[in-house]
Amino acid sequence: MRGVSAVRDAFRRARAESRAALILYWPVGYPDLATSVRLVVAMARSGADLIELGVPFSDPLADGPTIQRATYRALQQGVRTGEVLEAVARIREAGVEQPLCLMTYTNPVLAWGLEAFVESVQKHGADGLIVPDLPLEESAPFQSALGALGLAWVPLAAPTTPDARLAALAAGATGFLYFVSVTGITGARERLPDEVVGHLRRARRMADGVPVAVGFGVSRPEHVAWLATEADGVVVGSALIHRAESADFGGEAVEAFVRALRDAGRWALTDGLSPRSSRIGK
Amino acid sequence: MLVLIPPPLQERPGYFGPYGGRYVPETLIPALEELEAAFWEAMADPGFLAELDHLLCTYAGRPTPLSEARRLSEVAGARILLKREDLAHTGAHKINNVLGQALLAKRLGKRRVVAETGAGQHGVATATACALLGLECVVYMGVTDMARQRPNVFRMRLLGAEVRPVDAGSRTLKDAINEAIRDWVTNVRTTHYLLGSALGPHPYPVIVRTFQSVIGVEARAQVLETFGRLPDVAVACVGGGSNAIGLFAAFLEDPVELIGVEAGGEGIQSGRHAARFADPQRGRSGVLHGTRTYILQDPWGQILETHSVSAGLDYPAVGPEHAWLRDQRRVRYTTVTDQEALSAFQTLARLEGIIPALESAHAIAEAIRISRERPGALVLVNLSGRGDKDLETVSVMIGEVAGCEG
Ligand SMILES: Cc1ncc(COP(=O)(O)O)c(C=O)c1O
Repeated sequence: MRGVSAVRDAFRRARAESRAALILYWPVGYPDLATSVRLVVAMARSGADLIELGVPFSDPLADGPTIQRATYRALQQGVRTGEVLEAVARIREAGVEQPLCLMTYTNPVLAWGLEAFVESVQKHGADGLIVPDLPLEESAPFQSALGALGLAWVPLAAPTTPDARLAALAAGATGFLYFVSVTGITGARERLPDEVVGHLRRARRMADGVPVAVGFGVSRPEHVAWLATEADGVVVGSALIHRAESADFGGEAVEAFVRALRDAGRWALTDGLSPRSSRIGK
Repeated sequence: MLVLIPPPLQERPGYFGPYGGRYVPETLIPALEELEAAFWEAMADPGFLAELDHLLCTYAGRPTPLSEARRLSEVAGARILLKREDLAHTGAHKINNVLGQALLAKRLGKRRVVAETGAGQHGVATATACALLGLECVVYMGVTDMARQRPNVFRMRLLGAEVRPVDAGSRTLKDAINEAIRDWVTNVRTTHYLLGSALGPHPYPVIVRTFQSVIGVEARAQVLETFGRLPDVAVACVGGGSNAIGLFAAFLEDPVELIGVEAGGEGIQSGRHAARFADPQRGRSGVLHGTRTYILQDPWGQILETHSVSAGLDYPAVGPEHAWLRDQRRVRYTTVTDQEALSAFQTLARLEGIIPALESAHAIAEAIRISRERPGALVLVNLSGRGDKDLETVSVMIGEVAGCEG
């Protein structure tokens, strides 16, 4: 199972285990190609439900300092689109089964050629695409190219996105709807705004059963625990990079952090809180 | 009454043929829609146009004069006319767009303004308008540009703006725009992004072109009045493309040859330039800073670092309307190297008593070249800004050249 069905299945399985899906972001090529592959394999082993692989880009305008620095380092190591696709193949060879979505800015895809790129994505074993600088109006060609191959399209939405637009974004989301927790860029945050809960409820209502994951700023197990019943998935990126950096990119520290995040995502059914109903994977 | 020329009705709003669009994070879409609506409302509001006209005339010094460059013409062969944007308040055309957008920000109820700057002229103009209208102002500037346009950094600070150094990537205009967009994404509810050139996501290319079209409207009337005919050629330098599109806007329907000048840097062969149209290997269609246009990029779509002696032209993309005008062959785009610009800079100073901005010196160099080919032609040049900000750079370069020769 690959592509759209693999992505939807990841959410379905997490839900069956009474928890939010844990989605992790890692920039391919950071700190170098081999280490990034090793770390992604470690993340998969320790409980990631889905992994977003960052394609380095020279001008990552939706990213904060942590991911800017990491992807810049990857570029300096000579990592370009081709190396990212190779990395995907190596991750699959290492036995990783979880869905993998590439997170890339628009220009590297256009430079490769949209159709050819999407074919390569499939051939190398990735399942979908997330493009932070591609809003609804510009995404039709991407959606149809991905759709033709059964690959997942993952649009982003933000706190500033009005209801009707949320519904339209979700309607095109064959993977999931990626809800950005803050008006802002990526980067670990001490605190997340309280309003995010209200926005997630709104997003889920408008998403009509399409899974909604929340990301940007989510840094600690406490954040994951807080959001686990409000979203179908929780994305952690910059905080994972910080954790790996402080452990000199040791796999064990990363795995321990991933397990803690995954455990935190279990619904606290014991406090009488039951998850809000949603209809995943209709 | 103020006459401005928005682009012709677009088949797909926001697109110039295949170029343009709105490639930004979803977070910004509502703000861009709100800005677009506010802009068209303002354009239809005689009160807004009167207020802008009042500021342009009583504060910014419009209309700027048209000067005939007599001694330069004698040497070069054609009749060269200078549209004197260097005489606008703050020393460049940038103020035209800034005043318009600052009034829009007020209309939108936004009290905080962020801007990017390369040469510092747009930053100075923005800081000026914010001082005038009582808005909070943050300007992002690459550290390379801060070093080479030092007087403008001090000027912005004097005007009450906060200048935030950008120490990423090539540390020039491109990186300043990244940082300004990141700030805007974060503070979009309270903040207006006052983009300084005819680029970026829709509606910026439309807004900036419209506010800058005052240059072309005035120049066309001035040439007609003084010479009883249209110019044969109109020339402007093209960074992001705002002074050029502002001039060209009034002549697109006329039988006037239009020439845009890109920064040739150390020559196209050297790869060290900012000529998006002249280098088919590196300059290809792509997406940067929210718009689809010609971009200097590597085969994998990574944006290349550019080089130009002039900070205002040192940028890897170009406004989408220029990309379209180029494909349509309505405008011809040429390049002028650092050395040619430097030489034109000195020539204009000596022959006309005008020290141009290094950006504008590129247009002057092209005008001189055209004049040699077309003696007797009437050549209109947009002198987009004055050169005070460049004195340090030029003195170092002239020193170097002299050193080489000696
Ligand atoms: C005097 C002057 N001319 C030209 C430019 C280039 O910008 P644009 O192409 O938008 O006119 C600048 C930019 O900073 C400038 O300061």
